[in-house]
Order: sequence, then C-alpha cells, then structure tokens
Amino acid sequence: MTKRIDFATMLLPFLGIAVMLLFWTVISTTVAKDLPSPMKTWQESKLYILNPFFKDGEMNQGIGRFAFLSLVRVSKGFLLAILIGTPLGFFLGLSVFFYRTFDPVIQILRPISPLAWLPLGLVIFRQSEPAAIFTIALCAMWPTVINTAVGVRSISPVYLNVGKVLKLSPIKTLRRIIIPGSLPYVFTGYRLSLGLAWLVIVASEMLTGAPGVGGFLWQEYNSLVYSHILLSIITIGIIGFGLDRFMSVVERRFKTA
Amino acid sequence: MAYLEIKGVDKSFSRTRRGSARLSVLRDINLAIEENEFVCIVGRSGSGKTTLISLIAGLIEPDLGEILLEGKPIDGPSPDRGVVFQNYSLLPWMNVYQNVYLAVDAVAHNLPETEKRERTEHYIRLVNLSAAMKKVPRELSGGMRQRVAVARGLAMDPKVLLMDEPFSALDALTRGTLQEELARIWMETQKTVVMITNDIDEAILLADSIYTLSSGPGATLGPAVRVDTGHPRLRAQLNREASYQRVRRETVALLTLAVKKDAIGSPSERNKNYFTRQDNQLR
Repeated sequence: MTKRIDFATMLLPFLGIAVMLLFWTVISTTVAKDLPSPMKTWQESKLYILNPFFKDGEMNQGIGRFAFLSLVRVSKGFLLAILIGTPLGFFLGLSVFFYRTFDPVIQILRPISPLAWLPLGLVIFRQSEPAAIFTIALCAMWPTVINTAVGVRSISPVYLNVGKVLKLSPIKTLRRIIIPGSLPYVFTGYRLSLGLAWLVIVASEMLTGAPGVGGFLWQEYNSLVYSHILLSIITIGIIGFGLDRFMSVVERRFKTA
Repeated sequence: MAYLEIKGVDKSFSRTRRGSARLSVLRDINLAIEENEFVCIVGRSGSGKTTLISLIAGLIEPDLGEILLEGKPIDGPSPDRGVVFQNYSLLPWMNVYQNVYLAVDAVAHNLPETEKRERTEHYIRLVNLSAAMKKVPRELSGGMRQRVAVARGLAMDPKVLLMDEPFSALDALTRGTLQEELARIWMETQKTVVMITNDIDEAILLADSIYTLSSGPGATLGPAVRVDTGHPRLRAQLNREASYQRVRRETVALLTLAVKKDAIGSPSERNKNYFTRQDNQLR
C-alpha cells in the first residue's frame, strides 16, 4: 500500500512538468503565435541535444559544449567570489570596527545588477572574458560575505569562553573554534553565491557575446531562431538546479551538531 | 591566607543597552577556600551563580573587590582556573579525544606528542570513556558529554576546578552516577573544586563546605555550612546519618532565610543585616 503511495509521490514532479508543457503549448498556439511550441522546440533543438558536443564554428556548438563553456566561466567567477568573500566575511564577523566601516559600502554595492557592472568591467579590463568573470565575482560574492559574517557572530559564546579559559592564541581560536563553528553558514553562503553566479552568467555572456549558453541564447534571438532561446532557457534551469543540489550535498557534509 | 580568596566583590550589569540603570547581581561576595577543599555554592536559579563562576574564571571582571589565587590577583581567564560549563560546551566538530587534547595541548604545548597523547588518554580513562574516544558529541548521551567536559576541565590541570551546574541537565539516575564518579575523581586527584549547584543533596554528597547564595538581585553568600562526614560518602548511609540531617536542615534554613529577607528588606537594608560576616560558620 505504502509502496504505491511512494510511487505516486514520485510521479508528481512529472505531473508538474506535464502541466507546464501543456500551458506552454496553449500559450504558443493562442496568445503568442511566435513562441515555438514544445514540439517545435524539440524538433529544432534535437541536433543540439542529441549531439551535445559537436562543434561547427565558435557560435554553433552542441548545447553540452556551450554549457561546459558557461560552467567554466562561472567556476572562475565563483572561485574568485569566495576567495574574496570568505575572508571579507570573517573580518566583518570578527571586528565590530570593520563591520561599522564597511557594512554601509557592502549594502550599497550588493543590490547592483550585473548589467551595471559589466560595462565597468569592460572599461577596466578591455577584454570581454575578464570583464565577465569580474562581473560574476562581484555579483555572486555577497551571500558568502554576509553568511560568513553571520556565521562568525552566531558562534555560541560558550565555545568562545572555552577558548578564553584555555588561553588559545588568536590563530588557534580561529582554526579550532571560529572557522569550524561558522562552516555551516559559510557553505550556505557558497550555495547561494553559486546560484547567483549562474544567474549572472547569462547577462554577462549576452553583453560580451562570449560563447556559452547565454551567448548562444542572445545570438539565436538575433537570428530569429526562437526555439533555441527556449532550449537555452531550459538548459540554464536544469544546470542551475543541478548546481544547487550538488552544493546542498556539500553543505550537509559540513553540518555539525 | 586562603588558597582562593574572594574579597568584597560586587557585580552589576546594565539593564538596557545604553541606559545608566544597573542591575546589581552580586553584592559583597566574600569567600575563602583552602587548597584541596571541595566547595559547593547552592542557590536558586537566577541568583547569579553563573556570574560568580564567570568572575572566578576571569571571564568577566568585578566592579568592586578582588579575587586572589595563591595570594595573587587573577588576571583574566586562564587554565589554572579550569571550567566545566553547564552543558553544550564541547566543540561539536571535534571528537572526545580532540576535545580533551585541545586542553592538554593548551597547557602543555611543549611536551612531546606521545606524552600529550598519553595525558589525553589518561583523563578520558579517568571518566571511563576510553571506549568512546573517537565519537563526536552528538553521538554521546548527556551524561557522557558531561563526563568529557569534566575530563577536559581536569586536563587543564587547574589549580582550581570550577564547575557550573555540571549535572543539572541530566536525569536523576545519570546525575547520581556522575556525582559518585566525581567524588572518586576528586579523591584521586585532590583538586580544589568550586561547584555551583541547585541540588542540596548533591552538595552534601560532595562538598566539604556549602555556601548558600541568596536570591538576586544583589545576591550575597551565606555563612559556610561544614560537612564533616569523611569521604567516600555513600548516598544510602548518608541518609541515615544525624550530621547529614543537620547539614541539610541548616542549608535549607539558610536558603529559605535568604528568600524571606529578599521579600521584606530593601537591598540596602538586607545588605546590612544579612550575612555580612563570612566567617561565622554555623556548627
């Protein structure tokens, strides 16, 4: 009996997808005539999906290849984001002085859209690739910064008292108590940052025209192949979902207590 | 001169974030503890017991008065006043061995690694946890966790071991076992111990002297009640002893008295009348 319920429960996500496809079909046949239907999208995208790693020129590659290029770009930006964001978060959490000084700046920089950063990146670096990575890093950094700071501040005072009674050196307190104590928060920050980095990739590739899922999307819009826009959107969604799942597995491994 | 001395210590906290209104927690605390003595401080919850332990530990500073260890004023926290905290004080990302090792390493950093390992294992053995050495706190029962906390406290090799209601979160049976083990460990190690508790029977089972802390605000210590029964004390025997009955009666009377005085007198009045002389031990 319970087994059948489990089976039905497992089918529910597919029901959701089916409803979504139905909705899409209805929209494409009624209101938005230019929107390709799911069937048409599949037919025109087949080549890119079934043969995901073909390469026929810079901007005409299999979707797997485009996704890979985007992922590489995102990884670089994300790594830069956490390399800068983590220490910054620790400083903010550890020092009230530092917090009071830099928190306003951070609060102002945080809501700035990648679309605003990218031209600045192009001005600074004069090349699209570093500008894209700069944009990703700058936009994706904040959840790491803020979560790390919160993690440091939420360490139980008892643990800090243990360190004080033992007269641990500042370095040892950091290594034995503050870092492990804030790790769960830090990894939540990483997960959110990676999500943001992936969100930013499309915008930065669109503006720089770099080969990747976002660049492909923009190019196909300009060449009026609308089904490939949908192909790109779905790819972006699936990869984003996968990244989030991956990071929550990593996050759970660092949960203590 | 006593081994650990507290002289005229006052402590208050500000009531609000920036307001000048202060809440007096402890007032005119005087205490003299001899070496190897086991002292229990009994008080109701909220009477400032943890504040008192934090003061002795050096985690907070008194507004007035001073605390001397071996005649020297204490200067901040130090392993020579090792603390066993109430609960949840083990570092959850370290296993039993690492938690205890942290203390061993902190006080004996220069010893060779093998020696430090031996010491760590020694203290874990002392609390009967050798089998759980590689377990992390979340895999341990409440009683086992507090054993580790005791082991860590002892591993600091303190001159005075401070214990802040170490067993209060445990069920009665586990508490009983741990009390007996603590008595055994105390006899083996001959440490000077200051233990805070809200359990009079626990105090009588373990302590040489019991002090009562009146209910706050402005809590102060009552006179010492001596427990003369020799160690080891057996719970079952203790119940039948006349001296046990007497000690229990006196302690309860002091605690009730403390509450009554709270109810009538204003703080200043109470301070004048109540237990200002610390040395008049009731016999």
